[in-house]
Amino acid sequence: MRRRIGRTTATHLTLATFAALFAAPIVFMILTSLKTLPEINNGSIFALPESPSLAAWSKAWGSACISGTCEGISRGFINSLAIVLPSLILCLALGGITGYALSLRASWHADALLKAILIGLFIPIQAAMFPMVIVVRELGLFGTRAGAVLVHVTWGLPFVSLLFRNYFLTIPRNIISAARIDGAGFYAILRHIVLPLSLPICAVAAALQFTFIWNEFLLSLTFAGAGHEPVTVALNILAGAQFGVQEYNVNMAATLLAALPTIGIYLLYGKIFLRGVTTGITKTRHA
Amino acid sequence: MFALLPTAGIIAGAFFVFVGWTVIMSFSASRLLPSYEFVGGLQYQRLLTNSRWWTSMENLAVYAVLLISGCVCLGLLLAVLIDSVKTERLYRTLIMLPLSMSFVTTGLTWQWLLNPTIGIEHAVRGAGWTTFAFDWLVRSDRAIYTIALAGIWQQTGMCVSLFLAGLRGVDPSYWRVAQIDGIPVWRTYLHVILPQLRPAFFTAFILLFAVAAKSYDLVVTLTGGGPGFSSDLPAHFIVDQLGRHELGTGAAGACILLITVAATVGPYVYMEIRRQQRA
Amino acid sequence: MNLQAVQLQQIRKRYGSTFVLDDFNLEVAAGEFLVLLGPSGCGKSTLLNIVAGVEPHEHGRVLIGDRDVTDLEPSERHVAMVFQSFALYPTMTARANIAFALKMNGVPAAEAARRVERVAAVLQIEALLDRKPAQLSGGQQQRVAIGRALVRNPSVLLLDEPLSNLDAKLRTELRVELRKLHQSDPRTTLYVTHDQLEALMLASRIAVMHQGQILQCDTPEVIYERPANRTVAAFVGTPTMNFIEGRLDLTGAAAVLHTHTGARIPLPGLSATPSLAPERPVVLGVRSEHIHIVPTETLASTTGRVLVEEMAGADTYVLADVGGHELTIRTSAGERVRRRDSLPIRIDGAAANLFCPTNGTRLS
Repeated sequence: MRRRIGRTTATHLTLATFAALFAAPIVFMILTSLKTLPEINNGSIFALPESPSLAAWSKAWGSACISGTCEGISRGFINSLAIVLPSLILCLALGGITGYALSLRASWHADALLKAILIGLFIPIQAAMFPMVIVVRELGLFGTRAGAVLVHVTWGLPFVSLLFRNYFLTIPRNIISAARIDGAGFYAILRHIVLPLSLPICAVAAALQFTFIWNEFLLSLTFAGAGHEPVTVALNILAGAQFGVQEYNVNMAATLLAALPTIGIYLLYGKIFLRGVTTGITKTRHA
Repeated sequence: MFALLPTAGIIAGAFFVFVGWTVIMSFSASRLLPSYEFVGGLQYQRLLTNSRWWTSMENLAVYAVLLISGCVCLGLLLAVLIDSVKTERLYRTLIMLPLSMSFVTTGLTWQWLLNPTIGIEHAVRGAGWTTFAFDWLVRSDRAIYTIALAGIWQQTGMCVSLFLAGLRGVDPSYWRVAQIDGIPVWRTYLHVILPQLRPAFFTAFILLFAVAAKSYDLVVTLTGGGPGFSSDLPAHFIVDQLGRHELGTGAAGACILLITVAATVGPYVYMEIRRQQRA
Repeated sequence: MNLQAVQLQQIRKRYGSTFVLDDFNLEVAAGEFLVLLGPSGCGKSTLLNIVAGVEPHEHGRVLIGDRDVTDLEPSERHVAMVFQSFALYPTMTARANIAFALKMNGVPAAEAARRVERVAAVLQIEALLDRKPAQLSGGQQQRVAIGRALVRNPSVLLLDEPLSNLDAKLRTELRVELRKLHQSDPRTTLYVTHDQLEALMLASRIAVMHQGQILQCDTPEVIYERPANRTVAAFVGTPTMNFIEGRLDLTGAAAVLHTHTGARIPLPGLSATPSLAPERPVVLGVRSEHIHIVPTETLASTTGRVLVEEMAGADTYVLADVGGHELTIRTSAGERVRRRDSLPIRIDGAAANLFCPTNGTRLS
């Protein structure tokens, strides 16, 4: 139900102002990335570019130098994809089966694991980081992409499991009972009944996990190793440097490029994106 | 229930074994490599006498308060406004856009905006206002506020979404009754609607506190912890210890951080566990 | 088809700290249509789930035929179940729904298809077989669900309030269909409902349940005419049975009930059992169709003051104040009740029931 608060025009004006304020930083970044360096250093961040050019963008993509190699942020893209995609597939597969098993609530193991997951959601990475480094080093995976994948899957599992579990809880229990009576076991039910219903939640989980892992910094920084830096780490090396001449336009172009995939997913899936974030933690509608 | 085994193993391992290990490490003399020489509370003592640690903990308190109050107030206001118009799509999309970006992107963006030589201060001065100062980024007494600013910019959208969902869940009958009874709109909000949003407030508080406690990326990219260590946060401090070859001290810091998070978030998680079980 | 009996022995089931079922025993004869009748929450659906094997229980045994199936998986018990919510597999066609169990049990595709066609013919759903549940109405979905249950040729058929989610007309249609199916194919059936009319119409025997206990297990006729206690008497029959408390006077030629309000109600035809002590406090239970409006007052009649008259199609229900007690009287329509203030009525003592005022058990 829409409530009218005062005059609608005033509301729209306020909302438009705030929306503009929120979008402003990104707008300025885009503008700056189209300018030349002298323009940036001398001019105002609010000013429009005199002769907009995509030179900075092509440099950011293909030729900017990041810790030795001068292949631009595209290298980081490739590394990110190489880490995100396997992590995503593994996380979804494992989390999906776990979520399904949890939703059946068939034994005390399920309940215990659920409690563990809810607790695990809030544990800061730092509290487990040092031992994790030691173990991954012992496994010989420290500084490799496989190690980064392992770590990301581990940290994504609680959330994805919970997401799947809450979704599968909405499947009426009677359908599962009917299937059991019909002779379907755990995996048969998964294959014939649960999986066909799970496309929506897979999309949500994929969108959320892709965003989370793509944007992730600390784990990638620690575990990916030299040469495998994903885009967030590469970006920080390129643009976060405190010394030397700062090519602001290139840096901003690189930042925007790095953010494009997740912004793209958000724009495509916006609504389910946000519902997923909050549903994972707080189930607002319970069966 | 063998299907649960892999996940159970991973979770048990990562979240409980490793955390336990960290706790043990915090009582050891580990530096570059873990050692199991028990030193009692030495690492904790070192933390307590470390001014950088104190600064980071104070900053966490300041940051958490600012982040939560800023996001909640702004988020609520925007949610109420959005709820009252028909064309919400555009506003929502723009306000929540920052959420889809990483903290690295946010940090770098605001680092440039707040950079005195090319950012806002420079631009405003160039427009004629020569005494305008917005150099928080380089002032040790203000640097932490820049982190709060960037955090609020990024996370308000989440609060908007939470409150909007909450507002949409309110029974429209309340509005009709209020209208018939002649109660002004602002009063209806204050006394009838907001109390029903309590779960949303709770969730926002918990999620935002978790964000604040875990803030690492933002510190690295926005201020680097500086100037000096004035805008440091515990998460950053702890990870730094790895590089400084002070595993034991870092572990102690991690334990304190864990306890802080547990104390704040714990009651909610407990209630949520009970709720999930009853469902 | 193999007719099997079902036995439930000493079943105990707990939810949290309450015992939903405690030392519950029931026998369903082979080929019988037994209805478990009771209000919501009395444990009847739980019982059905326990027989099916989808609900664990703390104590007791379930036997189907001479097999102890207590520790067997649902699929090993040769039972089939129809649910109130239909519970059809949403992503499969009706055909696939019905064939699913056959597929899970390794029945060859050709044989499975044949059996699906046969059961679809019986239930008249051949035209619907290629539709998905979302494209079917409630009644159609339930037919598919029944088909899914029957195609497996189960030893025991379990039905959990299958008609409750359907509208009134469909309910009647499907109810008759179920009765016809059972008559042509008398399979052991356990049927759960809270609708006492449904129970009366379908059952070969009714087990009236209340808070996890069976109050009476008998044929519909006996349950209706000679309920074992006041709870059963009040639960079965529409409109509800009339109850009057008072003292029974058996000294005279005919029995008379002296109520607490001072009214004097003759009960002609009441056969008193020797065990009834004279002047004993009782609760009289008499159904609305056993109270007759008579043209004139006689020694065997009493009078009432008409409060409300409800025309209900073929019948008219008259609510009358008889000596301070409100009684519902059923009479045929068309008979407009004229004398409002002192309506002569005669209670058929032979059809009346007597219950103990303290614990409600049947006395006569």
